[in-house]
Amino acid sequence: MAALTAAVHSPISADHLCVGYGKRPVVEGVTLDMQPGELLVLIGTNGSGKSTLLKTLAGLIKPVHGDLHLLGEHAGQLPKRVGYLPQHPVSSHTLPLCVRDMVAMGRYAHLGLVKHASAHDREIVEESMVRVGIDAQAALPIRDLSGGQQQRTHLAQVLARQAEVLLLDEPTAGLDLNGRKLVADLVSAERARGVTVVMATHELSDAEQATSVMLLAQRVVSMGPPNVALRDEYLRECFGFTQPH
Amino acid sequence: MEWFDNNVFIEPFLNNEFLRYALAGGILVAITCAVAGTFVVLRGLAFVGDALAHGVLPGIATALLLGVSGIVGAAVGAVAMMGGVSLVTRRFRLSGDTAIGLLFVGMLALGVIITSRSDAFVGDLTRILFGELLGVSRSDLLSQLCALALVGLIAFIGRRPFLLLSVDEGLARTSGFSIRLFHNAMLTMVAITVVASFQTVGTLLVLGMLIAPAATGALFARRISSMMTIAALVGTLSTYIGLLLSYHFDIAAGATIVFTAVMFFALTAVLTEIRKALSKPSDGEHEHPHAHGRVHI
Repeated sequence: MAALTAAVHSPISADHLCVGYGKRPVVEGVTLDMQPGELLVLIGTNGSGKSTLLKTLAGLIKPVHGDLHLLGEHAGQLPKRVGYLPQHPVSSHTLPLCVRDMVAMGRYAHLGLVKHASAHDREIVEESMVRVGIDAQAALPIRDLSGGQQQRTHLAQVLARQAEVLLLDEPTAGLDLNGRKLVADLVSAERARGVTVVMATHELSDAEQATSVMLLAQRVVSMGPPNVALRDEYLRECFGFTQPH
Repeated sequence: MEWFDNNVFIEPFLNNEFLRYALAGGILVAITCAVAGTFVVLRGLAFVGDALAHGVLPGIATALLLGVSGIVGAAVGAVAMMGGVSLVTRRFRLSGDTAIGLLFVGMLALGVIITSRSDAFVGDLTRILFGELLGVSRSDLLSQLCALALVGLIAFIGRRPFLLLSVDEGLARTSGFSIRLFHNAMLTMVAITVVASFQTVGTLLVLGMLIAPAATGALFARRISSMMTIAALVGTLSTYIGLLLSYHFDIAAGATIVFTAVMFFALTAVLTEIRKALSKPSDGEHEHPHAHGRVHI
């Protein structure tokens, strides 16, 4: 897959960003200046604000206050260039969709309402399924798949977007060890071609390959390279315990 | 085949113009409902469909009292219902189902109050609720055809955002589609279907035609297009069988059609379960199903 050309604007920049619902803040004081190929891992307990921050970056909720730009535009303005994987994306088990069609939905941002899918679009869909190892199940209805296979399908869908910024909300949820390694490899591969990734997770091990880590507890507890942001005092403050050494 | 010679299956339609009109009207309703119903089932909008079906009642009743076309009244009722649901949900921060439930009973009660002012109260109410399929006219067919074209157009243009909305609203938004715009487009599509179908199957029974055939399709379809096709076939077959039963046994046409559609669902559900139970031991196919076919984007 081709590397991205150098972006004119910073992939993600935020200045004293406050995220929340309506006027109720959930996390305040987020300042970011991410560069192409960087990985920011968001770690925190349930309700710490990881998903709220990701939804704000994706343009699903408006910032309470503060500046936020993705690729030089306000959040949510560049659907073709920003991919978002929501938490537990399948809302209905009744969907009569096969895996291939589900992954193809990742191209809708490029196709809009009426544009026909080209051979290139189809090629991207097939390639995305191969990358997450779900190509053998391409013709199966999504409702017949296990939770892990469904999660792989959603990963393939977000990869099919071929975005420059990826926002992943717990991409390893429901995946076994192989699946988690797959996510780590995919994130590495995307970063290698210049994609900027923000990933929310509960797993401290997911932070190993990060450029920086943000520890959240309804506020920014710490932020920096993993060895700094995950110091014992911060972990204790956030979770009430520290990592075994 | 003696039973076929008797023309039990075709003769009623050959000999009675009103039955041919009823069949044509019923099939148009079945196809319109299949298109709109597919998205109603996928998006879980059955309650909204129900509310819209009942919300049009005061509009129709008022129109009949004023001597205006029932379709105009139904359209006004549907717009009021959709606007009301949207307003209550946004302004008062109530959940969608509470807003829908409130307006649904309110509009239904208002419809009955207005209808009770009519001299032919029972007749009017029955006609609105259960339709008058056997009284379908050429102009009814024309309006039904226009409704089908309009619903088809909305479904075609909105198919991608509708599908994304059915999976996850956030996914639709982050793919560049407005949630509010396309949710309202979907409601408009359902409203057009309800308004155009009330003459044939009535406001109470149209919900059955919206849901039962589409739900039957959802049981075993793997594609939205096949779900819609199955729904249209089930709806069409139900219309034909329902009319035939209605003719031979002198029973209510609209209700028989809807009951037949629901029976199709029940039968398909049972057969699907049996098939699943029988195929369990050889589930190996899941390991290597495969994987041909084109991407339908």
